[in-house]
Amino acid sequence: MQKKLILDSDLLNITINRLCQQLIENHDDFSDTVIIGMQPRGIHLAEAIHKTLEKNIKQSIPLGYLDATFHRDDFRRRDVPAKASESRIPFIIEGKRVVLVDDVLFTGRTIRAALDALITFGRPSKVELLVLIDRKYNRELPIEADYVGKVVNTIASQRILVELQAQGHKQNKIWLINKD
Amino acid sequence: MSKLSQKHLLGIKDITREDIELIFETADTFKEVINRPIKKVPSLRDVTIANIFFENSTRTRLSFELAEKRLSADVVNFSASNSSVKKGETLLDTVNNILAMKVDMVVMRHASPGAPYYLAKHINANIVNAGDGTHEHPTQALLDTFSIREKLGDVAGKKVAIIGDILHSRVALSNIFALQKLGAKVMVCGPPTLLPKFIGQLGVQVELDVMKALQWCDVANVLRIQLERQQIKYFPSLREYSLYYGINKKMLDNLKKQIVIMHPGPINRGVELTSDAADSSHSIILDQVENGVAVRMAVLYLLAGAA
Repeated sequence: MQKKLILDSDLLNITINRLCQQLIENHDDFSDTVIIGMQPRGIHLAEAIHKTLEKNIKQSIPLGYLDATFHRDDFRRRDVPAKASESRIPFIIEGKRVVLVDDVLFTGRTIRAALDALITFGRPSKVELLVLIDRKYNRELPIEADYVGKVVNTIASQRILVELQAQGHKQNKIWLINKD
Repeated sequence: MSKLSQKHLLGIKDITREDIELIFETADTFKEVINRPIKKVPSLRDVTIANIFFENSTRTRLSFELAEKRLSADVVNFSASNSSVKKGETLLDTVNNILAMKVDMVVMRHASPGAPYYLAKHINANIVNAGDGTHEHPTQALLDTFSIREKLGDVAGKKVAIIGDILHSRVALSNIFALQKLGAKVMVCGPPTLLPKFIGQLGVQVELDVMKALQWCDVANVLRIQLERQQIKYFPSLREYSLYYGINKKMLDNLKKQIVIMHPGPINRGVELTSDAADSSHSIILDQVENGVAVRMAVLYLLAGAA
């Protein structure tokens, strides 16, 4: 198994800062903006983005978590039913600009399910997608991210491993793994 | 592992503690779903479920139907009172005819103990037992223990008294199994004629004095007197039963601690439970009903997903 480091702690901080600056550029006034992290692996990135953003603009922004398990299209097509995590959106998303945050954008199927799950909470005026890693050339649905940390060219058999300190790892490291 | 050890839910006796905990964790997320503005998820949209009720039910049937609809399953309902069962069709024939119309899951209530086990041997669909005679009622026990866990934080170590008509109660047997698997202490209490002869062999305490049972327990699960199953007289009159075994608010107030009152419904107000006790702050009877939908969604989701 070969591992290649694509992002380390320093680069990750730079990337998160850049993503926040891009958000500021596009959103201007954040009074209608909410951030929603995708369960289970997008929430740590969402928390990091949320923290940096609030520090930069000195304004509080609602942060929620969304689980799309029950909206997935592969139910009954896998051996074990997918395990759900908690959805916690303690604010109204009706009419809001939602920034959906996930760690890796791959086939696009999770995001499709997330969009479905999101509208059960209301009708946002706009939904944007922010991802740390965009795995190009692997999309199975017409879905693209609005904010991308890093684009990586991968083939389907490769895997992206995200290790964050917030998840209990020693250091922030994002790996590209070759399965052979 | 997030998969049940069984293909069917026939009785609590057949499933493991891990199964129960998996159902609880899944039910937690479904409880959040049914409190959303849109209470429906598309998970079971290509699954057809038949609710086959050979016995009367309002709560269980409605609860299952709501759970199925909130998971986007297609639902067909069938009750024996207006069917070909009256014309002499056998159980197996009836169910096979329903399955020939491409049904994936069967939720069945039947007056004969063991009927769903018989069915599980002969047909190829997931079966959920919604009550088989005086034997088991697994989803009721799951929602009862789920409600205890929600109210008291945990089931392990809690003392639960099941009070009333134990002899005719499928709720009692399923609850005993579920509570013991989760590590609770169980006591049964009722008039001697309504206690099964060898109930002590299940490892439960037996108490004849209802006041002593209330003093002992953290949770009292009060059961209905099932007159429809009693062919002979087990006690002189309902009035006398309620005098000795009925629970009222005054008895609860006189206890040294606050206990939780549960009832699987339907309540006979004034017989096993007076109105002031049933509607008091001790009671979590309506929480049980709400949790029933979430727990049944979890069971159906886990069974359908493993198919």
